[in-house]
Amino acid sequence: MLFTVTMKVNGKPVTGEIEGRTLLVDFLRKTLQLTGTHVGCDTSQCGACTVHLNGIAVKSCTLLAAHADGAEVSTIEGLAEGDVLHPMQQAFHEHHALQCGYCTPGMVMSALDLLRKNPDPTAEEVRHGLEGNLCRCTGYHNIIEAVLAAAKKLKDPRHV
Amino acid sequence: MYDFKYRRVHSVEDALLVFNECESPHYYAGGMSLLPVLKLRLDQPTDVIDLGYLDNLRGIQDEADLIRIGAMTPHAVVASSDVVRNKIPALAKLAGSIGDPLIRNRGTIGGSIANNDPSADYPSAVLALNATVHTNRRSIAADDFFLGMFETALENGELILEVTFPVPKRAGYGRFPNPASRYPLVGVFVAETQEGPRVSVTGAAPCVFRFAEMEWALAKNFDEIAIREIRISPDNLQSDLHGTPEYRARLITTMARRAVVETVTAAKA
Repeated sequence: MLFTVTMKVNGKPVTGEIEGRTLLVDFLRKTLQLTGTHVGCDTSQCGACTVHLNGIAVKSCTLLAAHADGAEVSTIEGLAEGDVLHPMQQAFHEHHALQCGYCTPGMVMSALDLLRKNPDPTAEEVRHGLEGNLCRCTGYHNIIEAVLAAAKKLKDPRHV
Repeated sequence: MYDFKYRRVHSVEDALLVFNECESPHYYAGGMSLLPVLKLRLDQPTDVIDLGYLDNLRGIQDEADLIRIGAMTPHAVVASSDVVRNKIPALAKLAGSIGDPLIRNRGTIGGSIANNDPSADYPSAVLALNATVHTNRRSIAADDFFLGMFETALENGELILEVTFPVPKRAGYGRFPNPASRYPLVGVFVAETQEGPRVSVTGAAPCVFRFAEMEWALAKNFDEIAIREIRISPDNLQSDLHGTPEYRARLITTMARRAVVETVTAAKA
């Protein structure tokens, strides 16, 4: 049975038809065509589908779209401002923190949640903070470097 | 996943009313266990009742000799709570070890214990700390709550509102996670409560259980040396591709020792 939900995605109000069983990731990808959020495992292990729900990182493959009715959702598409990458994205670029790129949107969204809770993490804390995100290219080393670099940049008072 | 009717409720009363009027309803807390179950079509509810907007079931209260945790409080909130970290650090540690940070942002204490997965972490803390589960109908002692594999004392439609944990003299949690699923292959929670030591084991058997022999040994001497040689019979332990019953039996002793060592360290600190 279809029904209508409304939510704010990347700052814009959106409306769409869903079923009770529709997952948030399917609403984002199929209805809104926001395909930056990936489905890796579909079993809540890999974290490729990570988005922010009311500012908190969640696995969108394990969340009902209906639960997000009325909520604010941010995805990887909402980070850059025009052609200017978000400092976290820029840091991933500069530190070559991706190979195939499949896990990257989830890694970036998780990393931002990590910095929200802990703006000045150690490398060890970054490793633990990203435990919910798997990279099968085994590119973890550079991902850690990128998150530490982004943390430094985001802490800098000159960053707006 | 089979389709179902999504029902959002804004009060406990509404949740109960809706539950009663549905044919085959299921409560939806954080969904970290429920949604994987539905995806596998292991369950087919007609209605899924979303408890995620019951804000009054979220929160942690410090009441001197006990801590009160709302059923819908996510693991991440318990793990980072100053109250829990100061009064029962082992409980904060346990909450912070469940799944991964993203799971901890959604998964709730009420959902975890209502589900009573044989490998879930929270049941071990509830049992060892002699906590009480408060529902819309009654208060259930931990010893009476966990009945079997995915089975609890909860009746049809009964809803957990909060869990109260008496503050122990000290407590520790030893956990050996499966690196892929992050569920403990074996987890042992040891608490020196006001009434004496309690030891509970999760991950090893179809249901969390207390290990009486270790409790007696710790009552005489609260030191890891007292339990070093105590080995459980593997007869009723789980066997799967991750470990034999014999392996789990050994892990129980090792994790219990780690838990006791942790309680001693915490007491000194």
